[in-house]
Amino acid sequence: MTTALQEKMQQAFVTHVDDDRLMDCMRCGFCLPACPTYIHSGFDETQSPRGRIALMKAIRDGQIMWDGSVEESFDLCLGCRACEPACPAGVQYGTLIEETREAILSVKPQSLKEKVVRKGAFDNLFADQKKMQQAVNLVTFYQKSGLQKVVRKIGFLELFPPFMKEMESVLPIPAKRKKPENERAKVKVKVAFFAGCLMDTLFNETNRNTIAILEKLGCEVLIPENQQCCGALHGHSGELEKSKRNAIANIKAFELDEIDFIVNNAGGCGAFLGEYDKLLSNDPILFEKAKQFTAKQIDISSLLIKLGIVDYLEKLPVSSSLGLVTYQDSCHLRNVTGVKDEPRDILKAVQDCKYVELPNADLCCGSAGIYNLLQPKMASLLLESKMQKVKEVSASTVITTNPGCLLQMKVGIEREGLSTTTQALHLVDFIYGKMFYQ
Amino acid sequence: MEDYLIQKLIAITGKENAKTTTAQKLAYSYDATANFQALPDLVLSPSNTKEIQEIVKICSEYKIPIISRGSGTNLAAGTVPNAGGVVLLFNRMNQILEFDEENLTLTVQPGVITKDINELVEPKGLFYPPDPSSMKISTIGGNVSENSGGLRGLKYGVTRDYVKGLTVVLPNGEILKTGGKLSKDVAGYDLTSLFVGSEGTIGVITEIILSLIPLPQTKQTLLVFYDQLETAAKTVSSIIAAKVVPATLEFMDKGTIENVEEYMKIGLPTDCEAMLLIEQDGDLQTVERDMQLVHKICMEHGAKSTQLAQSAEEALQLSTARRVALSVLARKRPTTILEDATVPRSEIANMVKEIQRIAVKYNLMIFTFGHAGDGNLHPTCLTDVRDKEEMERVEAAFSEIFDSAIRLGGTITGEHGVGEMKAPYLEWKIGASGIEVMKGIKQSLDPLNIMNPGKIFAKDRKQRVVVQT
Repeated sequence: MTTALQEKMQQAFVTHVDDDRLMDCMRCGFCLPACPTYIHSGFDETQSPRGRIALMKAIRDGQIMWDGSVEESFDLCLGCRACEPACPAGVQYGTLIEETREAILSVKPQSLKEKVVRKGAFDNLFADQKKMQQAVNLVTFYQKSGLQKVVRKIGFLELFPPFMKEMESVLPIPAKRKKPENERAKVKVKVAFFAGCLMDTLFNETNRNTIAILEKLGCEVLIPENQQCCGALHGHSGELEKSKRNAIANIKAFELDEIDFIVNNAGGCGAFLGEYDKLLSNDPILFEKAKQFTAKQIDISSLLIKLGIVDYLEKLPVSSSLGLVTYQDSCHLRNVTGVKDEPRDILKAVQDCKYVELPNADLCCGSAGIYNLLQPKMASLLLESKMQKVKEVSASTVITTNPGCLLQMKVGIEREGLSTTTQALHLVDFIYGKMFYQ
Repeated sequence: MEDYLIQKLIAITGKENAKTTTAQKLAYSYDATANFQALPDLVLSPSNTKEIQEIVKICSEYKIPIISRGSGTNLAAGTVPNAGGVVLLFNRMNQILEFDEENLTLTVQPGVITKDINELVEPKGLFYPPDPSSMKISTIGGNVSENSGGLRGLKYGVTRDYVKGLTVVLPNGEILKTGGKLSKDVAGYDLTSLFVGSEGTIGVITEIILSLIPLPQTKQTLLVFYDQLETAAKTVSSIIAAKVVPATLEFMDKGTIENVEEYMKIGLPTDCEAMLLIEQDGDLQTVERDMQLVHKICMEHGAKSTQLAQSAEEALQLSTARRVALSVLARKRPTTILEDATVPRSEIANMVKEIQRIAVKYNLMIFTFGHAGDGNLHPTCLTDVRDKEEMERVEAAFSEIFDSAIRLGGTITGEHGVGEMKAPYLEWKIGASGIEVMKGIKQSLDPLNIMNPGKIFAKDRKQRVVVQT
């Protein structure tokens, strides 16, 4: 028997999920070997991109009725979009899963756990940079005041999923916010810096290092005020309206004619910024502006390559041995922005270390926004096999280009008891160390 | 299917290896064939031959259909559970059992991914040639059941040529072992060959002995571009007539080239009408001699330009370009329906002309690529299943393509199998007596018709309308 919820769900899929986009999938299965959840579920078609698209279509067409098993399949999708470069037919899976989540959200109340995470994150933190700053100040206070010790002792965090506890233990100590004063080469390129909510607070030091490197290599760096979180986390969870709100604010904040690029140092944010035109494609007025905005997007590694970082690094004298360095792709930097060689080329140019390719570096680490909080089991499986590969190549440094991946790598290193031999660093911080502490 | 039967079957594999939810059943209701879909009652992942025997015995007792499924890349609706029943998966039977370098054989379970076989044996200087386009995804069990071809079929043949022995669970639950590691064996009927390509209709294959050959020393890859489809097709026949047998001789038309280029962005010229991808492997001397001759023949036939791959990476990129041809065409229209009509090599130019004529006649968008050297073409119709009127024209066009292929001495399917999709046309190729013989075999092995029912043999056969041209 069909329930009211099931009927509403079908209707919501008809409204939100584009049928033509679904029809792009011709079910060849070329996406299967690229999908982390397909591989880690023992090759379960239900947990594959082709399976999920078939489910979207079946719900939309009323071929099957919505139930918990269908929901689980969508929930388990990381949204890493590794299926997109693997798809010869050009299926826009990222858009489809966002539309699906929007449809689900429009009908179904969220679980309490998800609500807590979402409410805290989306409506407050990620929507408002001031609140984010306050929260981070709280983290700093928490870490510095000794409260951290107390909290750990009384086991307050036992109340949260185990993963959150581990995450808490690897949180960086945020540096104080201050305007950096850097040595500056002759200005060759004018860029506007997209600071990112998490990068600007928790990873504030990485942002300052980014600016310092850019200025040293001849950039004038503008940091537009009024910029906000990119909106990716909202978008990926189906809260498309909220992400549009952030997109519009950012397009306005970056409306600068004189800049050559808008640079970011977080793969996830960069990918979402680069798709503002898609996000606002139905907005006749903003679409053109969104197109201009996305055309100027560049990730830090691609910009550094343009600025001649390879040459620069190769000429630096060898000072110490940094051992074996490896690189874990940021899924969205690789699969959406299409950047895979640039970070590797930069690392290969550092003469003090030897670059080793991480097998399956293109498979998601399981961080995936707030996925590791919502799907701890699958996230742990992914992280476990990721760390296995890190051990295989005996890397002493794992480089990433996205804050979520960075935290996840840190958790993995802690979990495997590797913290005495292995560290996880953002590409920028690694390069900064080489360039400024030679 | 009644619940107590489902429970009985689940007890064999254990609950964790059974799939019963709405989402799971839907995910195993299709393969790569457009417009075919049906839900199974249950999906099971057995771990060994014995469990499969138990499953088959219950299914036989209660007349429950069994559909063996690899990775679901079938292109003739061969793995769609159109009568419900149990879908059997081999994701837990995916081990290499033995690599015998003295007898040059590899014994595998059906769930092994085809490409993994290449990656295992090639570093040891050995070679498993069949390479269907889906080899990164497809399982060897699926390849054997469909007798899959690939890009290297011209010189090296198809899956059948490399299967030496099989273990099969018969529809009555008994185990049959055919062939072995032998290079000579004429003990009775060639049952191995019977099961290869039988599309899961007469038993469940649970173990496969493959033969391997020495890995060719080197390989060269050449692209040749043409201003006319026909001259490209004529080149194919001329190359074979000159007694050169390239490893690969593939063909793509303009529409295919454009879409491949859109996805791959490797600089294929989109201003030509046709392209040939030619590969030769072997010792350096032979490869160079053959490729020079091939080049000369291409130029004599009015090739517009040629491009020789300069590195192994470039060669791989070019063959990948050909492997994605079918999927990239899906960019054009919502539905992609392809066929694999096959003709004698000498008739390839005539077949290409026929396909063009038929596309115009029915006002359809049909692009063609394929294994030209094998006479095996893949005319692909880009359409929309939601448009009933257009779908009728598509069906009429494909009927006419089959008819033309048969008139030219060809067949309705070169490598994809009959499945459910082409069952109505089988009689056109093998005649009434052919159907009788095949039905006789099916009847004697699977009298209850539980093994992949509704495949190969059609309920209704299509009336062949002989078209005068």
